[in-house]
Amino acid sequence: MSVDEKTVRRIAHLARIAVTDAEVPHLQGELNAILSFVEQLNEVDVEGIEPMTSVTPMVMKKRQDGVTDGGYADKIVRNAPTTEDNFFLVPKVVE
Amino acid sequence: MTELTHLTIAEARDGLKAKSFSATELAQAHLAAIEKARALNAYVLETPEKALAMAKASDEKLSKGQGGALEGIPLGIKDLFCTDGVTTTAGSKILGNFNPPYESTVTRNLWNDGAVMLGKLNLDEFAMGSSNETSAFGPVVSPWRREGSNVSAGAAGAIEGTHLVPGGSSGGSAAAVAAHLCLGATATDTGGSIRQPAAFTGTVGIKPTYGRVSRWGTVAFASSLDQAGPIARTVRDTAIMLRSMAGPDDKDTTCVDLPVPDFEAAVSRGVKGLKIGIPKEYRIDGMSPEIEKLWQQGTEWLRAAGAEIVEVSLPHTKYALPAYYIVAPAEASSNLARYDGVRYGLRENGRDIVELYEKTRAAGFGREVKRRIMIGTYVLSAGYYDAYYVRAQKLRTLIKRDFEEVYAQGVHAILTPATPSAAFGIGEKGSGDPVEMYLNDIFTVTVNMAGLPGIAVPAGLDAQGLPLGLQLIGRAFDEETLFAAGQVIEDAAGRIELPTAWWA
Repeated sequence: MSVDEKTVRRIAHLARIAVTDAEVPHLQGELNAILSFVEQLNEVDVEGIEPMTSVTPMVMKKRQDGVTDGGYADKIVRNAPTTEDNFFLVPKVVE
Repeated sequence: MTELTHLTIAEARDGLKAKSFSATELAQAHLAAIEKARALNAYVLETPEKALAMAKASDEKLSKGQGGALEGIPLGIKDLFCTDGVTTTAGSKILGNFNPPYESTVTRNLWNDGAVMLGKLNLDEFAMGSSNETSAFGPVVSPWRREGSNVSAGAAGAIEGTHLVPGGSSGGSAAAVAAHLCLGATATDTGGSIRQPAAFTGTVGIKPTYGRVSRWGTVAFASSLDQAGPIARTVRDTAIMLRSMAGPDDKDTTCVDLPVPDFEAAVSRGVKGLKIGIPKEYRIDGMSPEIEKLWQQGTEWLRAAGAEIVEVSLPHTKYALPAYYIVAPAEASSNLARYDGVRYGLRENGRDIVELYEKTRAAGFGREVKRRIMIGTYVLSAGYYDAYYVRAQKLRTLIKRDFEEVYAQGVHAILTPATPSAAFGIGEKGSGDPVEMYLNDIFTVTVNMAGLPGIAVPAGLDAQGLPLGLQLIGRAFDEETLFAAGQVIEDAAGRIELPTAWWA
């Protein structure tokens, strides 16, 4: 399988990465190189094989459903580009 | 007395206890060496004030006969570990001046044991790379040079000539350890990022079993593959460091509740009676005769030390790298969705929120990271998920099964080359075809896919005078056998003589 220019633009939008017209052909070439490299996986018969979901067989740890941390909103927003009253600010989303 | 920066961690620990020198003197010696080595670009941030304050606290403890397992030992920290109040970049522009208000579990464990932080080490952006060339802060210069090369210290602290890469992604860690700019360094390994740079720089690096070390507070790349470990100058030193780094952590549900063995005690165990497997599938087409010879030599060393050598088969080996280049980008595309210009890091404004995201991410991520996010987005997108992602995860099951079958035959560890070649020059690989760079990880990536531990140990030099490493792969949670067998190789090969400070 390979991707065309239109697909490259669609993937970029899904990934929320702006691409320039000049970048598209390069990205297309690089993505297709990777896709053609992974093509060899189709040689393998994977009928009846379970996909891996956990590399180390272990029961997931559980803890009591309670508050263990928090109460410092100022620390949480400290690294944000713009904030107001400990809220993150973004451009208006709902008109 | 040996220069303080040339001690091993074990020697420094003994010297501090015997009061032959102080932790402050040890830190100062390293800070001076770092200052003279800025042209190598191994550190992205030096923290001399913090180092001296931590060393002073260590000296107070040591003077009372107290202190932890790493009391006063100066270390470099890969800039992927969040450090409280100290800028953490992951080698990317998108994190900007991110200043974490918390400490990663790994670094917290090290400080609790008395270690001293010298600074933050350069790396490939978000740990994606095999040469440290994708860092937003520029490449790292390897302290190694090819015999007769034109690389030398230039004017005004610059480097002249076409230098070698230290490998990646933990390139800053490996270069700093090899150039005596710290006694040991933290590193991380998703597909080979500890073992490949260790092999390229004549240092020792171990990726522990998935779940041995907490991932909490370490910037995530591919969460089912990422694992932190140490790079140091001897097998024993990595054993000392890993014992401090590892252990259960309630903040990471994939970190196992197993006690951490005394890894250092395992170093002198030897390999008598152990069965070591040699996988025939690692003998790849076009493998250099030097690597072939080194591998044969390693086999002989282990046999001479009393191990039984058996040929084994890991039939799905060749599919590990292509499966990795589906699984790792898929997880990365999900993990890196958090860099959106809203909660931390860089922000490029747009007309609406979507444009803000798109412009921020276009400006903040480098080429390799964008490429991997896009591949990951594609293989997870509607209509392609089963063909790519599910198939790759099935391959992963088969890769792990290969190892399980070999271990079920009584094999204790597997010996392979660490890399297909010695270090290459800057700009030499991957500029046209990204896959050319990816092939660096062909011997290491299987280990991540199966969640197993792997250690890279220097074993010799190539014809150009550059270090080559061997890799030992162990059973899950049996790092001890790797330390034992790794020490046998280190003893037989003799410790590699590291480069003199031509850059200073």
